[in-house]
Amino acid sequence: MEASHPVLIVENLSVSFETPDGIVHAVNDVSFVLHRGKTLGIVGESGSGKSVTASSLMRLNNSVTATTSGSVQVSGKDLMAASDDELRQIRGSEIAMVFQDPMSALNPYYTVGAQIAEAYEVHHPNASKSEVQMKVIDMMTKVGIPNPEQRSKDYPHQFSGGMRQRIVIAIALVNDPKILIADEPTTALDVTVQAQILDLMLSLQAENGMAILLITHDLGVIAEVARDVLVMYAGRVVEKADVEDLFEIPTHPYSWGLLGAVSSLDDSHRGQLKTIEGAPPSLLNLPTGCAFHPRCTYSSENNGQCETLVPSLMQKGPEHSSSACHLQSARVVQIGREVGK
Amino acid sequence: MFLFITRRLFFALLLLFAVSVVTYLLFSALPVDPAALTCGKNCKPELIAANRVRLGYDKPLVEQYWLFLKGIFVGRDYGMGQAAFSCPAPSLGYSFSQHECVTTLIGKTFPVTAFLSIGAFILWMFIGVGSGAIAALNKGKWQDRLANAFTAIGVSLPTFYVGLLVLFSVVIWLGILPFPHYESPLEDPVKFLNAMILPWITLAVLSAASYTRLTRNGMLEAMNEDFVRLGVAKGLTRRVVLRKYVMRSAMVPIVTIAGLDFAALLGGAIITESVFSLPGMGKLSIRAVVESDLPVLVGTTMVAAVFIVLANVIVDISYGFLDPRVREK
Repeated sequence: MEASHPVLIVENLSVSFETPDGIVHAVNDVSFVLHRGKTLGIVGESGSGKSVTASSLMRLNNSVTATTSGSVQVSGKDLMAASDDELRQIRGSEIAMVFQDPMSALNPYYTVGAQIAEAYEVHHPNASKSEVQMKVIDMMTKVGIPNPEQRSKDYPHQFSGGMRQRIVIAIALVNDPKILIADEPTTALDVTVQAQILDLMLSLQAENGMAILLITHDLGVIAEVARDVLVMYAGRVVEKADVEDLFEIPTHPYSWGLLGAVSSLDDSHRGQLKTIEGAPPSLLNLPTGCAFHPRCTYSSENNGQCETLVPSLMQKGPEHSSSACHLQSARVVQIGREVGK
Repeated sequence: MFLFITRRLFFALLLLFAVSVVTYLLFSALPVDPAALTCGKNCKPELIAANRVRLGYDKPLVEQYWLFLKGIFVGRDYGMGQAAFSCPAPSLGYSFSQHECVTTLIGKTFPVTAFLSIGAFILWMFIGVGSGAIAALNKGKWQDRLANAFTAIGVSLPTFYVGLLVLFSVVIWLGILPFPHYESPLEDPVKFLNAMILPWITLAVLSAASYTRLTRNGMLEAMNEDFVRLGVAKGLTRRVVLRKYVMRSAMVPIVTIAGLDFAALLGGAIITESVFSLPGMGKLSIRAVVESDLPVLVGTTMVAAVFIVLANVIVDISYGFLDPRVREK
């Protein structure tokens, strides 16, 4: 294994929101480490807490209703304890973010050139006009926008979705951040454009060695770009694995369900996808014990443990993988091998 | 853009023409004999008949309208020989109860209305946008609740009530200000301010209420936009995010509505002017209604219509500058 170089260390991150209906526990006790030049994927369905995890890393959540605990360390600084000023220094320069919907992520009232320039100028207040202008053109060229001099004077609505996402990426990368958080960066795009955007992110990563945290619900995207994967369910990490291991020997019943729901061309039951029975639980009112137990086919095998005890992450199968499940390791590996493709 | 503006202006003229036809016909259909109003109670029938001819009310309606329309562009002469007099272009007719050209009357009263409108407008934009912004930034806190209460009270109170309340409390009960008496700002600025301050406050407080709500909701909506989050994620200061992202977005509809509201006010703040006895266009209109002074009514209505139509055009054009997404089309 290559020498690891952690750039982001998240420990016991929990986020809850106060709503009129009660307290929503969106993220519970999530820990992970992001290494330089590597891509970590977070996968899960809507409401699994993956996007909240992403936005709380930069403390972008509503400060009035959200309560956050745990620590998020970037280059030795704990962002959770940082002052507003320190936080502002880090946002956009050390950590940058790409949002899900490029249609709404750009300010419609300013030209894209001005928006890229603004991102650069915040962290380079002494840069000259021509330097900023050069940087803008340089970034637009890098993210593959043809005719950058001219197009920098255009407004966001004059670009297609894919082109806008490229501009969002240009804004994110203009200050050469160490960490890029990509929150479903391709979900709102056409399939052909999705691949282009992922390729772009990976080639820029190869160039500047940034770490990418990729949030997605798309296992195909994960398989393509991520090295390590966290599977989230109801605000908790239920499985942590290398990407190969996750696809070969998944070790959590929820992962089995997710993989079963992916279509493939050589599938013997073509035309019929397996689904996970039931719906994700309400975060207002989580099931006791393992939050997945009401939907889990195997919960009856554990003498009621699943209903009462929250399982913690433990190694069940391959060396670098861990899973939060009450099933015995042997049983997990047996089923995992069957499900894995 | 040029094409857009010319087309917009052409339709504006067409609309004004239609407004003039409707207004003229509507007021002519009133069961009043305009000629009979020219000379008080004990008037000889001969004089009425003479005046009817002099003012052109003996002619068919279409011709009367044509003379009215022509008068706007070339002025209008009334009567012949010794008794002849004329209203130069743009003539909107001749008031037989005030014995002056309508244009002259409007020229005299319009500055009052304009001063009233401009002052009130500035005040209400400050109060409305300011309190709305404070409410949005303190959503759910006491500032927000106070602004909400202000909005509810402001939009539901009628002008005449607030006007009288202000007048009674400040002038009569507290005696802080003398009773307002309008003077031109050029002649007596102190008296002018004294006469204007209460009507300004009255109009501003009432109109500001809806702007408070508009600003608050616009800002709250903008704050949830992805692009505002991206602004924060860039590392921009809160102040810059609020100015370039939140306010910029919230201001677009506010500017639109403010333009229209201001234009409507320029047509005469009838109630406010009456309560504070300001000799503005609203007062002129009211007097014309009471005295069935048709030419004045038609004139003030037309002027008000011009302002509103013009404001619509300006707002449409400025929308293109405010929102780049509209510019293309």
